[in-house]
Amino acid sequence: MKYILMMNTMKANCDPFPGWSKQDMKGHIAFMISLCKDLGAGGELVSAEGLAFPAEAKLVRAGKEGEPITDGVFPESKEFLAGYWIVDVESPERAYQIAARASAAPGRDGAPLNMPIEVRQVMSGPPPDLL
Amino acid sequence: MPAPSLDIRTEHLLRELAPQVLGAVVRRFRDFPAAEDAVQEAMVAAALQWPEEGVPDNPRGWLIQVACRRMTDHVRTELARRRRETTLATQAGYPMPAVNVEPESDEDDTLILLFMCCHPALTSSSAIALTLRAVGGLTTAEIANAFLVPEATMAQRISRAKYSIKTSGVPFRMPSPAERAQRLRSVLHVLYLIFNEGYTSSVGARLQRTELSGEAIRLTKVVHDLLPDDCEVAGLLALMLLTDARREARSGADGELIPLTTQDRSLWDQEKISAGVALISATLPKGSIGPYQLQAAIAALHDEAPRVEDTDWPQILALYEVLKRIADSPMVLLNHAIAAAMVHGPSTGLKLLDALDADGRLKGHHRMDSVRAHLLEMSGDLQGASALYRVAAGRTGSMPERNYLLTQAARLRE
Repeated sequence: MKYILMMNTMKANCDPFPGWSKQDMKGHIAFMISLCKDLGAGGELVSAEGLAFPAEAKLVRAGKEGEPITDGVFPESKEFLAGYWIVDVESPERAYQIAARASAAPGRDGAPLNMPIEVRQVMSGPPPDLL
Repeated sequence: MPAPSLDIRTEHLLRELAPQVLGAVVRRFRDFPAAEDAVQEAMVAAALQWPEEGVPDNPRGWLIQVACRRMTDHVRTELARRRRETTLATQAGYPMPAVNVEPESDEDDTLILLFMCCHPALTSSSAIALTLRAVGGLTTAEIANAFLVPEATMAQRISRAKYSIKTSGVPFRMPSPAERAQRLRSVLHVLYLIFNEGYTSSVGARLQRTELSGEAIRLTKVVHDLLPDDCEVAGLLALMLLTDARREARSGADGELIPLTTQDRSLWDQEKISAGVALISATLPKGSIGPYQLQAAIAALHDEAPRVEDTDWPQILALYEVLKRIADSPMVLLNHAIAAAMVHGPSTGLKLLDALDADGRLKGHHRMDSVRAHLLEMSGDLQGASALYRVAAGRTGSMPERNYLLTQAARLRE
């Protein structure tokens, strides 16, 4: 079963790493890299991406003639996807376990962030039989 | 195999030889993970060389020779590495290949490999991947592609599976007669999962991954040829053929799901149906009845009905009665409820669903909601049916099924 683990932790106009030292940054990055490595080595990683900061993010809609109309000013409270993992695992419980590990990524002074990770199943093909 | 110039016959030959060659190499070197890699390399070498130079007179011998050469290289590298690490270790080095050790029999080797790859200690995804590579002769890239995961991920999954077999110390020999029945059940289960993956591993609008279903059928045929008297092996093969026969009719032009009841039956593969029917008809009278045989018999009854209204529901119901006694599965109870509704009317089916609710094992499962919706619709409660189709749509993990259920809900609201 494939699951997407989404880190919806970024705000449009906020510093995502407030007051972090260089050591904190390094610890955080090393954690993320080793998480990815472990998922790969365990044969569970489908993909993982980090996204650019939302400062330059645009909301696009088609106008009357199909032209793109962009909208880039977001309210302070809107949360953005910071990055995601797609994993292929045996059970939902395993996906939650991975999400919990990601959630506890180290932040300021190495303390676990315990950030919320949204876990959603990635849809599969049709079931084997349908009466 | 990947080389585009490899013709179908050679490809089949290679895939057929893969487990035999692996068996021979494992017997000589007694290192399953390394032997498996060496055979994979020999297969790739064959796929590159044979189209240019022609298939050798003794293709099996050619593959064994190339794989053994790779193994010898591997052993030398290992020895050199160990020598660098510690001079003492060379004493206890790798066993060198014994000369002229012939396999006991290719048939046994293929079975032993299947028993190994489907070992109950492995997770099902590992067992599936390893079986496809070591017994099916597929490349890692092909398997990764079929499961829509990166090649590196699949390579890791296979490698971990091999090493957990190695560390668990499973010997390369036939399981004891006492163990054998249970181990064979694991093998059949893995083959059944591979067959089903052929349907479910696709994503979004992309429907069936037919390669996997075809490969499952091929491997089950191999097992059936090796164990022609085993009724459940025959039952599983018949079930696969009878299910696969409906493949073309299962989806519409835009990839939408078409349930059995509304399929265009002229698209069903009559050749597969006759083969499946013949096989299950020859097997059932032998008397050693099992779940796969019963499911095949049910599939045969569906396949033999020229129109949906010709379906022999009383007979299907009778088979589900037997199946639910020998297989403790809530899914069987669910299908039994459908069959009961088709014979005795929706209220009988709905009562059985209530009993299944109390059972609790299918709590929150979308199939409970979709079946109940279907029975409510039969009973004339269109509003209730529409609402439950909508609930089921929210619970399924399958995109084509969700689209189908949402369409059903919308149809009943009109």
